[in-house]
Amino acid sequence: MRHDVVERKLGVLIILIVLVISVGGFVEVIPLATSAAAKQGAVHITPRTPLEQAGFDIYEREGCYLCHSQQIRPFRSETERYGPYSVAAESQYDHPFQWGSKRTGPDLARVGGRYSDDWHRLHLRNPRNVVPESNMPGFPWLFETKLDGELLQRKLRVLRILGTPYTDADIAAAPAAVADKTEADALIAYLQSLGLARPRG
Amino acid sequence: MSPLTTTIVGIVTILNVLACGWLIWWTARREPGEVAEGDVKSHVWDGDLRERNNPMPRWWLILFFLTIVFAFAYFLLYPGIIRGTLGWTEDRQYQDEMRHAQAQYAPMYAAFAGRSIAELARDPKALALGRSLFANTCTNCHGSDARGAPGFPDLTDNDWLYGGTPDDIVRSITYGREGVMPALGPALGEQGVEEVIAYVRSLSGHPEPAEKVAAGQARFVICAACHGPDGKGNPAIGSKNLTDDLWLYGGSEATLRKTLMDGRHGRMPAHQWLGEDKIRLLAAYVYSLSQPQPQPQPQQ
Repeated sequence: MRHDVVERKLGVLIILIVLVISVGGFVEVIPLATSAAAKQGAVHITPRTPLEQAGFDIYEREGCYLCHSQQIRPFRSETERYGPYSVAAESQYDHPFQWGSKRTGPDLARVGGRYSDDWHRLHLRNPRNVVPESNMPGFPWLFETKLDGELLQRKLRVLRILGTPYTDADIAAAPAAVADKTEADALIAYLQSLGLARPRG
Repeated sequence: MSPLTTTIVGIVTILNVLACGWLIWWTARREPGEVAEGDVKSHVWDGDLRERNNPMPRWWLILFFLTIVFAFAYFLLYPGIIRGTLGWTEDRQYQDEMRHAQAQYAPMYAAFAGRSIAELARDPKALALGRSLFANTCTNCHGSDARGAPGFPDLTDNDWLYGGTPDDIVRSITYGREGVMPALGPALGEQGVEEVIAYVRSLSGHPEPAEKVAAGQARFVICAACHGPDGKGNPAIGSKNLTDDLWLYGGSEATLRKTLMDGRHGRMPAHQWLGEDKIRLLAAYVYSLSQPQPQPQPQQ
């Protein structure tokens, strides 16, 4: 038996392993990444506003994805509760994507417009204000920290390199758009923007 | 997916499966000149480790080749390389599930169609469904007991911002509501705000200093534009009745000061996506909360 050929020659073993894994990655990733249909589909996705993008970064920084998913699967039990199922195009400007893998809290892929801004303010400060049985922590410090417009501008430039179509005018206007806004304002603006590309009903 | 990508991916996938099959066949084949099965092979590993010539069990090899057969059956039946002879897609499976549910639940809702909401509000079956819809959809703001919270109306007290008829409730649920009270701090000044607070509190029977109340009453003309000259509110724009001592944000002096200085902006989201059947059941449940409890039907 010739399995010795693979087992005893480390170089051959490494090449074969890399080959097998590359093929798996290639056939799974390339079709979706190159497909125009997957990027646009029937939905029209626009890049986030600077304030919403600042909120996205706070969402990631605070680890919201650890308890909240952003992927509604194509099952009735999910779409009845959360709205139309998620499609790949919707996370094309997420760097990194926020799909999450655990639902200690509810899915947030279509939370935009579901609650009022006031509700989010009360809820972020202390979730028990509005949902007595909630076990989500409060995030009161978000109301005390102002956004850094200059830092946001640098982030937008990086996102443009990664493929988000921000124009020079968008980037130039960013600091003015977030002037005097708190982190909570940004996070709420981001949450209210979630899922509007494929709204309910 | 472009035809070129499909072709390349298809070829790579099939070659990969065939290559795995070939690899296992090639390595499991007996070689000329190898030692008899079960004997110790000549190579010594790490100075003292020896290996016997034990082939992989036949059942294991058969299973491996079966997975390859499975792979080709899968390529044929399901979409990927070709469209798949079963015609299965993720979306079609979802649509089937939805159709199945529709067929299952439609008769349940049909039983309530064509009946007035006031009538449904006395039907225990309709109320049970309405209650679970309420628990799923409304409790995060209005609370599981529907008594609301500061800024989120109590639905049990028969005090309504936008009217409490079944039609009003259906409209509130379907299209949502947006209530804006402007910030009056700049217009009234600090002194004026204190006077208006005294007057507004006096409207619902709180004892306040008479001269402050009188001064506040004079300033109330600004407020009367929305709340009416008598302060009883206007359901057409959702302005609060200020005379009933029921408060949306709270009636303490500190809360009223904040309301007057900064204004308020309440928003009930639209729920058109629930569909008419569910909205009517929800409206019946909400309507029932502030109605007198239904009397037990007399025995016949």
